Amino acid sequence: MSYLELRRVSKSYGAGATEVHALSALDLAVERGSLVAVMGPSGSGKSTLLTIAGSLEEPSSGEVVIDGNALSSMSRNDKARLRRRTVGYVFQDFNLLAGLTAAENASLPLELDGISAKTAHLAGVAALEELGLADRATHYPDELSGGERQRVAIARAIVGERSLLLADEPSGALDSTNSEAVMRMILTACHRGVAAMVVTHDAQLAAWADRVVFIRDGRIVDQTVPPPTPESLVAHLPAPSPRR
Amino acid sequence: MSVRHALLAFLSEGPNYGLQLRQEFEESTGEVWPLNVGQVYTTLQRLERDELIESDDRGEDAGPQKVFHITEAGRKELDTWLSTPPDMTEPPRDELVIKVLAALRVPDVSVHDVIQVHRRYLVELMQQWTRLKEDEADFDLTFALVVDAELFRLDSIVRWLDTADGRVKRAALEAPSAKPGPLIRRRLVARR
Repeated sequence: MSYLELRRVSKSYGAGATEVHALSALDLAVERGSLVAVMGPSGSGKSTLLTIAGSLEEPSSGEVVIDGNALSSMSRNDKARLRRRTVGYVFQDFNLLAGLTAAENASLPLELDGISAKTAHLAGVAALEELGLADRATHYPDELSGGERQRVAIARAIVGERSLLLADEPSGALDSTNSEAVMRMILTACHRGVAAMVVTHDAQLAAWADRVVFIRDGRIVDQTVPPPTPESLVAHLPAPSPRR
Repeated sequence: MSVRHALLAFLSEGPNYGLQLRQEFEESTGEVWPLNVGQVYTTLQRLERDELIESDDRGEDAGPQKVFHITEAGRKELDTWLSTPPDMTEPPRDELVIKVLAALRVPDVSVHDVIQVHRRYLVELMQQWTRLKEDEADFDLTFALVVDAELFRLDSIVRWLDTADGRVKRAALEAPSAKPGPLIRRRLVARR
């Protein structure tokens, strides 16, 4: 069963002549342990899709199901708990709190969830360690590079037992090397069983995904088929020798 | 890839055997470019003839057991080659561009659909190349640079398709009956 499912999800803003259909009867599923990228131009509805999938916004119609639970049947409190415990968000501009250290930022979702400050701190530091940022735990965001800030944002998104990672242009402000590091981290989280969805207009970012879904005018118009193994790619190269 | 200049580059590191040069050439490019093994020895012979490299034994053919070193002229030739940009003034005759331009003129064909078919194909190729980057430990510098080059090449085509998609959409909204062909041709001619 898919971990995240969007069933016939539509979203409209405004009414009458000024009504805008951001999403139209869109179906999408993300399995545990897999990374799905949603590619589309500006205004195609991809960010709306992400906020609805993460329960930050309500769909006009249709259903979002996370781990078998339909969001429409959940109370506001239950949804807030789901957002704190299950869903991790990564945004293009990091959204770190300037007055908190890297460890405090990373452990914030757990503290908001009522977990003791000490336990939350340990989990935050563990998440930072996992992303190679242990020595930056006591640094404030303005003491970190762009790549480090985004890694703290990823630590915050995966801290605790989060199982759904949603990222909106997660490397938009970073150079190629840092973008690659960010995608590698998201992929590592997926290998641990996290279901991840990344929305982007960047094909190099999307190419890290198991499946790339193309969205246009609020509809899915196409998707990639699962890519063959790298060996098959090398086999298609002119040279017969496999890579060493 | 110039076999001639690749061999000069290997020899700039120090004298080497023909066989060793062949192996190094294969290791650094074999997985990406086609290699004709015989080409290495033939090229060594020509480099020797042109006095860009020398061997201890001038009498024999350029075989596997012969030691070569680069000459002063060879080093000069290598430096000139490294710092001479390849000629990129003429745009390549790009079949994909031609297909998209043709799709604009064919009745009952959606240019957007044509663009999407190509976009998906390119992204699938990029997914395959990106798989090769997943295992960082197995990703040496030479291979990383080659994979990056291919990813950026494919990415630039996807970006062009995205831009074309947007332009076609806007053009349809602004002037549904516009026929772009003659206009493009006129402008290209005028700029020459």
